[in-house]
Amino acid sequence: MSGPVLEVEDLTKRFGKVTAVDAVSFAVGRGTTAALLGANGAGKTTTLAMVLGLLLPSAGSVRIFGRDLAANRYALLPRMNFSSPYTDLPHRLTVRENLTVYAKLYGLDGVRRRIERMAETLDLGDFLKRPTGKLSAGQRTRVALAKALLNEPELLLLDEPSASLDPDTADWVRGVIERYRSETGASILLASHNMAEVERLCDDVFVMAGGRIVESGPPETMIERHDRNTLEEVFLEIVRGTSSLSEAAQ
Amino acid sequence: MIGDGAARVLPLHGSAQRIGAMVLRHTYLLRRSWPRLLELTYWPTVQMIIWGLVTMFLVTNSTWFAQAAGVLLAGVILWDVMFRGQIGLSLVFIEEMWARNLGHLFVSPLRPWELICALMLISLIRTLIGMTGAVGLAFVLYAFSIFDLGFALIGFFVNLIVMGWAVGFFVCGLVLRYGLGAESLAWFLIFALAPFSCVYYPLSILPDWLEPVAAILPSAHVFEGMRALLVDGTFSGDHMMRATVLNIGWIAVGIGTFLAFLRSARIRGLLHQIGE
Repeated sequence: MSGPVLEVEDLTKRFGKVTAVDAVSFAVGRGTTAALLGANGAGKTTTLAMVLGLLLPSAGSVRIFGRDLAANRYALLPRMNFSSPYTDLPHRLTVRENLTVYAKLYGLDGVRRRIERMAETLDLGDFLKRPTGKLSAGQRTRVALAKALLNEPELLLLDEPSASLDPDTADWVRGVIERYRSETGASILLASHNMAEVERLCDDVFVMAGGRIVESGPPETMIERHDRNTLEEVFLEIVRGTSSLSEAAQ
Repeated sequence: MIGDGAARVLPLHGSAQRIGAMVLRHTYLLRRSWPRLLELTYWPTVQMIIWGLVTMFLVTNSTWFAQAAGVLLAGVILWDVMFRGQIGLSLVFIEEMWARNLGHLFVSPLRPWELICALMLISLIRTLIGMTGAVGLAFVLYAFSIFDLGFALIGFFVNLIVMGWAVGFFVCGLVLRYGLGAESLAWFLIFALAPFSCVYYPLSILPDWLEPVAAILPSAHVFEGMRALLVDGTFSGDHMMRATVLNIGWIAVGIGTFLAFLRSARIRGLLHQIGE
């Protein structure tokens, strides 16, 4: 299949009178990594939740692998996966038990072999037998990533993949994500407010503010366009500019 | 290494495997937690001891009870089937909310109907574990065997556990909608039905205006049928039929409510936010 793996068109989510996501459109190409970048409350997580089908949009559409998500969700879900610090794996189950359950939920064969491979790739060997709730934040992130990669998703969605991690672990996680993409050709959409992470991992960036995409393009192009040195400077200019405009409008 | 082989999905028995995965997840949990196992058997056992002693007292002081000694004990055991069925189903779902695991479950290929089947299957396993001790104790301490009800016991059991599931799904829907603040409903809602289920007394004891309420409860027909069998020695096909037909409606409403609240949760964005 040619064309984008993920196409989002005029996606809107209203909660009562509040519009959390306002007619957002973007696409993620095959084998590319894109980021939804924005401050807290910009609408990144809400957009991701709609792409996953966890949240039903008020308007607009999501197409994955060329198929409408609303009509084909259960045919598409086995080809996707996600990881988020806002959801958890059952704490009382060991890491191996949790991964076994999810391998079976994804209908995978060779569960034991697959878990061993994940343990090797993500360095889980030491704590495979430990209850998930007794792991450190960094270890839990690795387990969550292992769960997200178990089915070798063609579309991987990551919500703040390095949130609350120390710089060393965060760097290691970014390395795993990079390697996964290069080895499988998967497409990745991540939501983040970590500029260094986005600059390192992403081919495309969609900057969100107030539920809208206010700027988009490859990181280096955006830096050039705004005549700045880093993506962080670009982001601050955009977001502060947007805030000033909103305040002026009020 | 990652990516050294494409994920292979087994095509035909996918649903059975996903239901099995959910059962496995809760089997791991039970195996790992002795307080949970104790909780399953504790109340049925305590209730059996108390009601067994009450029965022994009544048998020596009442001619009616002397002729139908097993009525109270059978009532205790069968009521617990309904209660355990409901609480087993509700708690398993609430457990996923406590664990903040709903987000992962609902982006996995697990269909809602598969989740429904898994919840019923896990509830059945928990109910059987919980009841085994009480049934054994009734036999050892009071020489009462619930299996004396014969094949009718299967009908009674199925009807009561299905009614428990119907209430359980309704509770799960409410907890999804109103959050974990509503979880105590799982513990007490079903007891509102106990007076009208006529577990320990005949339906005719109820005031006239309450009898129609009892008549729409499958459980009331089960307990009427149980008494007919233990007191008069006759099997009431009529009560069994009414219980079964009513239960079709009850489970349809229970599952329908759960699915409606699940959809509402997807509209309101609750699935990836719920947790302890």
